[in-house]
Parts: sequence; C-alpha cells; structure tokens
Amino acid sequence: MGWFKRLKYGIQTATKHKKEAPEGLWYKCKKCNETSTNKELKENFLKCPHCGYHTRIGSYDYFDLLFDENKYELLGEEVQSVDHLSFEDLKPYTQRLEEAAKKNKATDSITVAKGTVKGNPIVVAAMDFTFIGGSMGSVMGERISRGIDYCLKNKVPFMIISKSGGARMMESVLSLMQMAKTSAKLSLLSKNSIPYFSFMTDPTTGGVTASFAMQGDINFAEPNALIGFAGPRVIKETIKKDLPEGFQRSEFLLEHGFLDFIVDRSELRDKLGSLLHILKK
Amino acid sequence: MVFLEFEKPLEELHEQLNNIKEVGEKGGLDVTPIVSELEQKIESTRNEIYSNLTGWQRVQLSRHPERPYTLHYIDEICEDFVELHGDRAFKDDKAIVGGLGTIDGQRVMIIGHQKGVNTKLRQYRNFGMPNPEGYRKALRLMKIAEKFDIPVVTFIDTPGAFPGLEAEERGQAEAIARNLIEMAQLETQILCYVIGEGASGGAIGIGLGDRVYMLENTWYSVISPESCSSILWRSWDYKETAAEQLKLTATDVKGLGVIDGIINEPAGGAHADHKEMADILKKQILKDLKELKPIKKDQLLQKRIEKYEKMGVFEDRKN
Ligand SMILES: [Zn+2]
Repeated sequence: MGWFKRLKYGIQTATKHKKEAPEGLWYKCKKCNETSTNKELKENFLKCPHCGYHTRIGSYDYFDLLFDENKYELLGEEVQSVDHLSFEDLKPYTQRLEEAAKKNKATDSITVAKGTVKGNPIVVAAMDFTFIGGSMGSVMGERISRGIDYCLKNKVPFMIISKSGGARMMESVLSLMQMAKTSAKLSLLSKNSIPYFSFMTDPTTGGVTASFAMQGDINFAEPNALIGFAGPRVIKETIKKDLPEGFQRSEFLLEHGFLDFIVDRSELRDKLGSLLHILKK
Repeated sequence: MVFLEFEKPLEELHEQLNNIKEVGEKGGLDVTPIVSELEQKIESTRNEIYSNLTGWQRVQLSRHPERPYTLHYIDEICEDFVELHGDRAFKDDKAIVGGLGTIDGQRVMIIGHQKGVNTKLRQYRNFGMPNPEGYRKALRLMKIAEKFDIPVVTFIDTPGAFPGLEAEERGQAEAIARNLIEMAQLETQILCYVIGEGASGGAIGIGLGDRVYMLENTWYSVISPESCSSILWRSWDYKETAAEQLKLTATDVKGLGVIDGIINEPAGGAHADHKEMADILKKQILKDLKELKPIKKDQLLQKRIEKYEKMGVFEDRKN
C-alpha cells in the first residue's frame, strides 16, 4: 500500500503538474552523471537510482510523498505578493513575480497544505526554490502565519520544509521582519504544546535558517543539503581560504549538534508518521 | 573632525574659519565679524546638506568613525553600570556588550552591538559583527532580566552577523533563531534602538521588542546596499541605487510600519555632539519605560505578538 500507489499517481499527474523534478524520458544525475529513466527516478522517491542523490524537488512533490492517499487541501493561497516598494534592479520585481508565476505551479515561494500523514493530521508548508530562489517575503511570512493559526485553532502539528536562499531582497526590511513575525507565531505553538517540525532541504540559508528553520522542536534534514546562515561564497571571501569538504552540509550540522537526524527521502513519511504518533497526546 | 564626501563644502568652510582665526591671532586683528559670518554660513550649509540626505548618505553617516557606540551611551546615560561577560558555553564575544545598570534610578539590562573606536579596537570588536556566542550572551542576559523583572534595552549597530567558518560551526543561524523565538515570549519589557547600522539577521537577533526606534541617521535593511548591489546588479557599483531601492532610511522604515518612531539627532548628526545625542536618547528610553511599565505582562506579550503578526505587505484576494 501507500508508496507505490502514490508514486504511480505522481507519474500520472507529472504532465499536469509543473514540477521541479526533471521532465522528459531520461534523467542525468548532477552528482554521478549516470543516466536513468524518469520512471526509475520517480519510483526511487526522486533520488538518483545509482548514487542516491536527492534531486531538488518542489512543494507539490513533497505533498505527494507525504500526505495519505495524495489528499490535501491548500491554505493561504489567497495571500499574494505585491511590489510595495516598486523595486527594480536589473529587472522590475513585478516582472520577476510574473516570470516565477509562469514557470511554477506554486503561486509563491511557499505553499501550505493540510492533510494527514499515516492517519495523523498535520499542516505542511513547503518551499519552491524555482520561485525566486525560495525567497522569504511578506507572502511567505503571512502564509506561515495563517498555517499556524489553523494549527492553533485545531490543535494540529505544523511542519515547514525549507528550501530557500534566504530573504527576498526586493521587499527589503519587510522581508527581514518576516523572521520576527514567523518566530512570534511559532512561539505560540510552543506555548500551546503543539509540535513544530523543521525539515531542511537543499539549500536552506540566510534568514530562513536564522529563524523558523532552526526553531523546530525537532530539526531534521535531507542528506547532503546545504544548510547555513551565510552562503559559502561569502564565507570564502571573508576568510580568504577554501572551505573544508562537507562544510555546511547536513552531515556537518548533525555532527555539530544542530540537527536531530538526517532522513533519506524514502523514509521521510515513516519517520514523520512515527514522530506524530509518539507525540500525540 | 572627520568630514564625509558629501560634507566637502563644510570642510572647506571649517578650513577657512580656522585660517581666519589663526591670522587674527598672529596679527592681533579683530576678525570677529568674519568669524561670525563664517559660522553662520557653516550652520546654514550644514542645515542645507542635512535636510536633503540621500539613503546612501545616511548609510555613510551611520558608519561615521566618530559616531557614538553602545558603551558611549551607557557611559552617558547610566548612573551605575556593571558589565556582564560571556555566554557560559564558549567565550565572551566582544562585538556584543551588555550589563545591568540604572537610568534615572530605573533598573535596566542594556545589551548592544559594540564597534571599536580606533583601528586596534575595531579589530578587537570584530567591527561590530557578532559570533554566535554574542547572541547567546545576549539571551543569557535577557533571561536574567526576565527573572528579576528588569526591562531590556538593546542598541543595534552592526554591519551584520559575522560570516565566518567558526561562526557557522557554532551555529550562527541557530543562535539568532533562538533569540527571536525567546524574545517573542520574554516576560519583561524590550526596548530596541537602532543607533547605527541595522543590517539584516545580525541586527534583528537582538531587535525584536515592544518598542523599536531608529535614530535619524541610521539604516535598517535585509541587506547592506553594497551586498545588494553585488547580488542583484552583479556589480559593486550600484550601492547608491541599491540604498534608494531598499528604502532603508528611518523615514522609509517608519513608513513601512516596522518601527515606532524616529529619534532626532543633534545638528550635524550624532557624531557632532555625543552628549546631546545621549540626552535625547535617554529621554526617549525613559518615556518608553514609563509607557510600558504599567502594562500587565500577558498583555505586553500579546501586543508584542500582534505587532509582529501585522508586519508585511501583500494582497489578500479574499478581501
Ligand atoms: Zn547519481
């Protein structure tokens, strides 16, 4: 039961969903350069069948992997980005938003859904790196905030799947304030003894890491995900030295005491199910 | 005196003034009329320059080498102060200082970023860029304040949390994240004042509070104009443009609903008169303490959460 059925459903919906997972018949692994069919890839939880490399996937892929019978309901879709500062760098922010909306199924860098995992109700907020680098702006903060409101009202656990380069610079100090906003809201879950899980995937950096991603009752990550505050390029420029192998990867964070565990994508649903079951009052 | 690029006309006038005074002294001449004329000119020029400052010029002012830092203010406004050191886990970060003190007899826990006043001290203070242990020391002090029902006052002035290898190893992100969630529920008043640079996570790591004010010539943004230029324009040459686009001045940030107000600086900026600046800041702190102290703790926390809950601008298609 469970897995195979859902994966098959995933295959059927692949053309309908604009997914981050590679389309077309063949997939060539970024890490080992081996080729596999997309069918093989999907049957292997969107990991390379040869080396286990976890491909970068999107919010809807995670919903498909996690929720029972592929059923879930979106929350907070009514919240949409606006270009409040009329920000323009090499491109106007409005154009960046339009382009991102066109190439993604997701309507902003985070999508929130409620459903059940192994029979346990949960709200999951998941990010899309293909939507302006998974950047945190007012919409991310507000969708998380509304997701938390639902959890508070219904006494349901909350999970955030992070995949983000950090703050959305085009929203300047308002994007910075989303760190404070999400922290303030998460403190209410804590006060009400409602579990909050932070699941970090490749990459999780900047203000996202320095707020809700590191505030989980339980923090865990996919293997070999880049997780940090400053990006590796900035650190390299600061210290003027090469960075050690494996620096800022999940395994490094686990070793330094910042993660509870690393979970292979194939075991994510089982492990989350266990935690939800054990923490249930 | 150190003059910034855009203060060139002022620098020239000051040179003229000094020359005239010297000539007068040497020749035993009465130069009073010229001196007073020049002094008036200096004042009007200064007022003109300072009434039309661009975002980038404010950024430069916030980094003025003669600007007062946290320990300056503590010296000026506290009758009594005991500095407290260390995070009890790793070490004492010199880029964040803190301690117990009194202002007009009122107990406070003051915590602030600290920059150095000369080349040697700038290095010692790591240019005001904290490591994780700085944020952890700050939290330790806040917990002491909470325990003894003492208000927390923070002074924000950092170019950012330090982006170093060891900082990552010791969990820079976790340290800031923990402060944010703890400050959200800290059961005592928290007053925050941006006294210089308010750069990103490094600033907000001690910047979540019941009241947040910015001094007139400071900035608060998710990223410095230089880094923003390098990332979004892929060149270091757009810092002025980035400073405008980021809407990082006190007036802009107030307009976005992020801060409660702006604290005026003396004519010519905080660096022109440390004593007056400290007096102005002290008055504001006392006013904020007076306002917040009567509020019951549960209400205080509820208001704090509601304030941050509202932050952000978006379209709500249901409304
Ligand atoms: Zn591979």
